[in-house]
Amino acid sequence: MALNPYTRKPLRVLGGLAAIVALLAGLLAGANIWGTAHWVPKLGLDLEGGTQMVLEPVLVGTNQVSGQQLNQARDIIVQRVDANGVSGAEVTTRGGRNIVVSMPGQPDKATEDAIRKSSQMRFRAVLAAGAGTNQPQPTTTPSGGATGPASPTGSATSKATKATKAPVPTATGASTTAAKSGIPQALLNATTSPSGTATSKPSATPKATASPTTGTSAKPKSPTDLAWVTEPLAKQFQALDCAKPGALDKVVDDPAKPLVTCSADGTEKFILGPVIVGGDQIDSAAAGYRPLANGQPSSEVEIQLSFKSAGSKAYADASKAMVSLESPRNRMAATLDSKVIVAPQFNEAILNGQASITGGFTIEQARDLANQLKFGALPMSFSLETRENISPTLGSEQLRYGLVAGMIGLLLVAGYSLLQYRALGFVTVASIVIAALLTYLSLTILGWSHNYRLDMAGVTGLVIAIGVTADSFIVYFERIRDEVREGRPLRGAVDTGWRRAKRTIVVADGVNFLAALVLYFLASSNVRGFAFTLGLTTLIDILVVFMFTHPIMGILAETKFFGGGHKWSGLSPERLGATPTTRYVGRGRFATTPAARTAEGSAR
Amino acid sequence: MINFSQFGNDLYTGRRSIPFIAHRRRWYAASAVLVLIALLGLGVKHLNLGLEFTGGSEFRVAAATNVDNYESRARDAVQQVSPGQAANITKLGTSSSTIRVQTEQLTDAQNNDLRAALAKEFGVGTNEVSASFVGPSWGQSVTQQALRALVVFLVLTFLVMAIYFRTWKMSLAAMIALLHDMVITVGVYALTGLEVSPATMIGFLTVLGYSLYDTVVVFDKVRENTQEAFGNKRRTYAEAANLAVNQTVVRSINTTVVALLPIAAVLVMGFTVLGPGTLLDLSLVLFIGMAIGAYSSIFIATPALVSLRHNEPAVQELEKAAAKFHTRQAKKDAEAQAKGTGPGAGAEEPATSEGLEPAVAGRGTGSTGSTGSASPASTASTPRTIHPYAQTGPRNQPRRKPKSQR
Repeated sequence: MALNPYTRKPLRVLGGLAAIVALLAGLLAGANIWGTAHWVPKLGLDLEGGTQMVLEPVLVGTNQVSGQQLNQARDIIVQRVDANGVSGAEVTTRGGRNIVVSMPGQPDKATEDAIRKSSQMRFRAVLAAGAGTNQPQPTTTPSGGATGPASPTGSATSKATKATKAPVPTATGASTTAAKSGIPQALLNATTSPSGTATSKPSATPKATASPTTGTSAKPKSPTDLAWVTEPLAKQFQALDCAKPGALDKVVDDPAKPLVTCSADGTEKFILGPVIVGGDQIDSAAAGYRPLANGQPSSEVEIQLSFKSAGSKAYADASKAMVSLESPRNRMAATLDSKVIVAPQFNEAILNGQASITGGFTIEQARDLANQLKFGALPMSFSLETRENISPTLGSEQLRYGLVAGMIGLLLVAGYSLLQYRALGFVTVASIVIAALLTYLSLTILGWSHNYRLDMAGVTGLVIAIGVTADSFIVYFERIRDEVREGRPLRGAVDTGWRRAKRTIVVADGVNFLAALVLYFLASSNVRGFAFTLGLTTLIDILVVFMFTHPIMGILAETKFFGGGHKWSGLSPERLGATPTTRYVGRGRFATTPAARTAEGSAR
Repeated sequence: MINFSQFGNDLYTGRRSIPFIAHRRRWYAASAVLVLIALLGLGVKHLNLGLEFTGGSEFRVAAATNVDNYESRARDAVQQVSPGQAANITKLGTSSSTIRVQTEQLTDAQNNDLRAALAKEFGVGTNEVSASFVGPSWGQSVTQQALRALVVFLVLTFLVMAIYFRTWKMSLAAMIALLHDMVITVGVYALTGLEVSPATMIGFLTVLGYSLYDTVVVFDKVRENTQEAFGNKRRTYAEAANLAVNQTVVRSINTTVVALLPIAAVLVMGFTVLGPGTLLDLSLVLFIGMAIGAYSSIFIATPALVSLRHNEPAVQELEKAAAKFHTRQAKKDAEAQAKGTGPGAGAEEPATSEGLEPAVAGRGTGSTGSTGSASPASTASTPRTIHPYAQTGPRNQPRRKPKSQR
């Protein structure tokens, strides 16, 4: 039969399908042997249970957490959890104070941290900088040319002071001088009056109260103004020792006020101006390797940020103002949870609202951070109060009976299609079995790679998918039957029927796939999981129809049983009341199909 | 068993036709009543939202010693205090367990009663049972996002369908059918007072997708048939659409049965063995929704399309042309009958080219039917006249006449 030219192409397509199945199975086997995959799909929270974490907000002083803040925090946590894959976690608030996260499986420490960290990113101008500890050690010059020795992007400056990257140990000995290092001596003396009248600055009098400067461009220059450094602030700065644990515990991060803080690695400390661009102005964040001049990625990890319009204007204005200032004050500090993660110098004004942060993080850290930045900061940090295992909400009997019912349903479907389509019913059943196999394989692989978890709704979705998948075959078979009724021989009926059914199947599945795509990208939580299942089953449906059902029909049309229109083939022209047509069958012979017919058959 | 193939054959050729389009006012009226009842139900009895949407009370029985069968025991305790209350019961921790019971928000008195009942059931002190309020896990924002996604999806689908079918009226008709399905399905929930859980919401979405899918399949056939009608001007738009629905009705029945069989199995299992739960909720919403979806794609979507397009100039023109064709055909047939030769092979499907008016299922009695199907038996036996010379094959073709005699 393989020699028959009609079956050659279908056989090749079937081979392709077999290759796909083998590939998926191989991938799964490989992931099992060398990876952490399992042979069964991962189950969701309601079927398998998981871990419940109770998060307690970390509050400074007597602050209370409002219900609105808690809801906001919950929404952001939901997004962060979603970013870890299609897991179907459940996030609720409890008692107006706690957030309860229930996740399937056992989340590791990194996932846990990623969920509960506040990730408040802000951009502030550096007013003064100094070494992180007050120990007598080589520090920067008191002339204000200090750039951070640990600053990851302490690149060559655009200004006159050239490359102060390797600081010259000038100020020797005394701890007091070292502590003052970053601030010009004159400034400390001059700023005794709180309103900062006569500092040596161009824009002299910023009123600390009247300039909220939360990223709006009302007074673009003021956040960079040295007049923010009042005496108490300077004293606080001197006293700060980044090496001491808990040194920053008392820091109150008020966006409208200057901030004294340390760098994340504790090697440098800063006085920072009020917030120029807040974390809420971050439009998107992506992690990757910084490209070199020739476009090749370098080994340096960077996070690219783009700001919303207000933020990018504020950033542009600030950078324009700061690029011409002398060295510590031309640096923009990016703080994450009140700690400076990086404070690069402006080499030029950045006007397009695109900022890039390069720092000492690994690519994984950068990706986590980018995800957190993208979804916005939590209004506060959370500590982990309890972490417990949680049993499935649905009893195991639900799943068991659900599967039993699914099997019964499948048998009913098989019985019905055999009744309706006779031998063709076997093609339906075989196609559904192939589709089930593909679904099983891909779900298991996705469980391993994307943390896809099957919950009860997903199981039911798969049961529905049986119907939709079967419908594709029904549409196809009905079209073939229509063509047979028109009087085409089976070979031609399969081809023309396919040409017409293909359109219908593709457009109907296309609409479903569109639904899946839109819901997946725009919705969150459970709806996302549903969309994923829907999209997957739709794709598998298309794959099975194109690569299994149609080729099989092509091959079957060549057999005597189907092609000859046997009574039980489901395609017999007599039963379908085919219009009689006379064809020339070669060698001077004519054939009239169907050969003998009763009078009631035709309407032509 | 119904002889489905015979039925299908008849529907396909148009020998038998169900007047889906002609009786559209009936279906509209039936659907309007259903929708009205559903809307009334929604207005009077609001949806019974589960605690995933509204939040509720949570009880924790700490350090319960005997936790065998904790699910049914806790459920019994809940039923004692507040009959008919649904509850989520889970076990926290592995060895020394905490039983967590979540219910809808209870009154203070019920709260205390349930604490006492749970304490008694699991043999711990009442102060070992803590009660607190839990917020919704499916909060406003999830709903909002889902709704936004839904709107985007509907707009996109509208555009895609309008481009594919080349008329926005098909998109509109599909959307009407979709809305119809959603309202009725939601109405059933409001009227029966079944609890709406996240699983139910997923079910709604599935129904939505399925309804649209079904409508698109039917519309694709409508598109094919009406295109043909616009080409050969032998059928009115309504007739072509009606034929399309008739031709796909066997498919629709088969598909619906195949899709509903597994759900029905789950449903029966849910009712008899499992009792209320996610499985029952989901299968019920799916069963109702898909049945209505199948109904609407036949009885609402296509008739709505015909109603929408009825006043288009092109459709009106087609109607006139088709009427002209019918009268011409009738005249031809009458002449042929008068001559006694029977309707010739040239009469193209006279039985299907019937108007909307004859509402009876057997169309043979219609106006043109009298001509077309007057002698089907006589014509059917000789499908196409083969020239007597050709019957024996091409070798015996008659010799061509010599040129002089031509």
